[in-house]
Amino acid sequence: MKKKKITTFDVVNTIILILLMIVCLYPFIYVIFASFSDPWALSLHKGLLLKPLGFTLAGYRAVFENRSIWTGYGTTLFNLVIGTSINILLTLLAAYGISRNTLLKKPLTIMIVVTMFFTSGIIPRFLVVKSLGLYNTRMAMILPTAINVFNLIIMRTAMESVPKELEEAAVMDGASHFTILFKIFTPLIKSTIAVLVLYYGVAHWNQWYQALLYIQSRDKYPLQLVLREILIGSATEGMTSGAVDSLGESFMLGETIKYATIIVATVPILAIYPMLQKHFVKGVMVGAVKG
Amino acid sequence: MRNPKNNKSRYQPPSVPFRVRVQKDWKHNKQVYLMLIPVVAYFIIFHYIPMAGVQIAFKNFSISKGIWGSPWVGLKHFRSYFNSYYFGRLIKNTTLLSALNILFGFPAPIILALMINEVRNNKFKRTVQTVTYLPHFISIVIVCALMRTFLSPRGLINQLMGTGIDFFNKEEWFRPLYILSGIWQEIGWGSIVYLSAITSIDESLYEAAEVDGAGRFTKLRYITLPGIATTISVMFILRVGRMMTVGADKVLLMYNESIYSTADIISTFVYRKGLLEMNYSYSAAVDLVNSVVNCVLLLGANKLSKKISGSGLW
Repeated sequence: MKKKKITTFDVVNTIILILLMIVCLYPFIYVIFASFSDPWALSLHKGLLLKPLGFTLAGYRAVFENRSIWTGYGTTLFNLVIGTSINILLTLLAAYGISRNTLLKKPLTIMIVVTMFFTSGIIPRFLVVKSLGLYNTRMAMILPTAINVFNLIIMRTAMESVPKELEEAAVMDGASHFTILFKIFTPLIKSTIAVLVLYYGVAHWNQWYQALLYIQSRDKYPLQLVLREILIGSATEGMTSGAVDSLGESFMLGETIKYATIIVATVPILAIYPMLQKHFVKGVMVGAVKG
Repeated sequence: MRNPKNNKSRYQPPSVPFRVRVQKDWKHNKQVYLMLIPVVAYFIIFHYIPMAGVQIAFKNFSISKGIWGSPWVGLKHFRSYFNSYYFGRLIKNTTLLSALNILFGFPAPIILALMINEVRNNKFKRTVQTVTYLPHFISIVIVCALMRTFLSPRGLINQLMGTGIDFFNKEEWFRPLYILSGIWQEIGWGSIVYLSAITSIDESLYEAAEVDGAGRFTKLRYITLPGIATTISVMFILRVGRMMTVGADKVLLMYNESIYSTADIISTFVYRKGLLEMNYSYSAAVDLVNSVVNCVLLLGANKLSKKISGSGLW
């Protein structure tokens, strides 16, 4: 392509996009700086932070000593591993099942599609979870959302793109449906599966509302629910008690703890995000092709 | 948006007797049915049994008598909902929040996609994309915590403006904050769909336009925008179809009693009445009204989107 000259439009466009990037990134940068800053200096400071004010790890120390953050991480990790495995297995089975030409293909598909359009609301589902004895168990955060129908559509679309000949050849060789699904289909659509692992995984990582509905004991709270208590409610009082004596200091350290908490809870996502980015994007494309 | 449905081959011609077809189907597919047992169980337990449980909206549910044993009361709960002071407020807050959110939130990713498309330096293009997608992956709890920190009376925003506004206790600020934070979080992610639509536009159209001496804005107006018009309309229709589905989660993290007048929406009301105050039947009735409206909107949206582009939700 031939070189074009840079116009005013290019300049304005670039400036706006740079500003947008700053708006997207700066909150995190501010929080990182603030989390290392001296609480006293931070409380006197006005305006943007361009570097940490002094240096202290007091906030992080308080966060790492807080047991509930670690139990929260534990629950979230459990949901991530067990929950995502269940999600993927069931979505695979469902997608395979409704893409076969069985006599029940149509009624089964309708049964699934109906749930996209009509939902019963939270109260009846809550009562079901309760009557199954799932209330206040970790499975209550996993089983009620075991299959996401949008993800199921993505999986089914991927399976439909597998060449029919491969499957026919396998049938000739006497392969069972289990062999076809797990030995032939699964390796062929592994990039789609990877995308769905990421989607389900992110959903487990971020989920707190379901936990709010179904979990009562604090030692089973997932990370996000713990964070809500610390960051939205003000549960930092308990965390500061051992470290400082006066009330004002406790308030200031409380602020630093909040910043440190945000960082501790966001670092895993920020760390893996650059590696995963292209997969996420690919997933959106797959979803978009279907509409 | 191709439709790969033409090669549908019937497994058995319909002339074969039903009994034989069932036998053959069972012989070939029993493993498929075995696989589908957990799937069907999931949908029945977590979707269809709750649907049957919707009947408590017409009953006076008590835990001791259970869903089936509680006495019927007809439309009592619906009547008290429609006649209550909350009804008007909830409908207004929910629709207004959603409509404003669509009005401002919907065009934002389209504009961003068009702007990114005009960038010629590929490295800069990718950087913009990477950075703007990032907030999508930040949990809503963290997003609300960031907002509360920066918007507290002594927070960064007030410091920069030299004011002391208590944003989270001012009812007039709830909607702007909800919408702006939504745009912040989703503008980049939402632009992916439009960017992919733009890349599928035939390059020769642009070349032809250049030969004719078309400028940037002419190309934008007559090639790019028409090229993504279908995507835009489908996304818009589906968005409007979900208009009454405003999740409680983000609002629960943002509101407090002093701003209920603008912030309380149907889903948060259902949460409070149902799970905190244990008015199961009443809040199930409120939720059911919403589910029915949702269902109608979604079905309409789906039909319209199929008409326009040949593909919808399903």
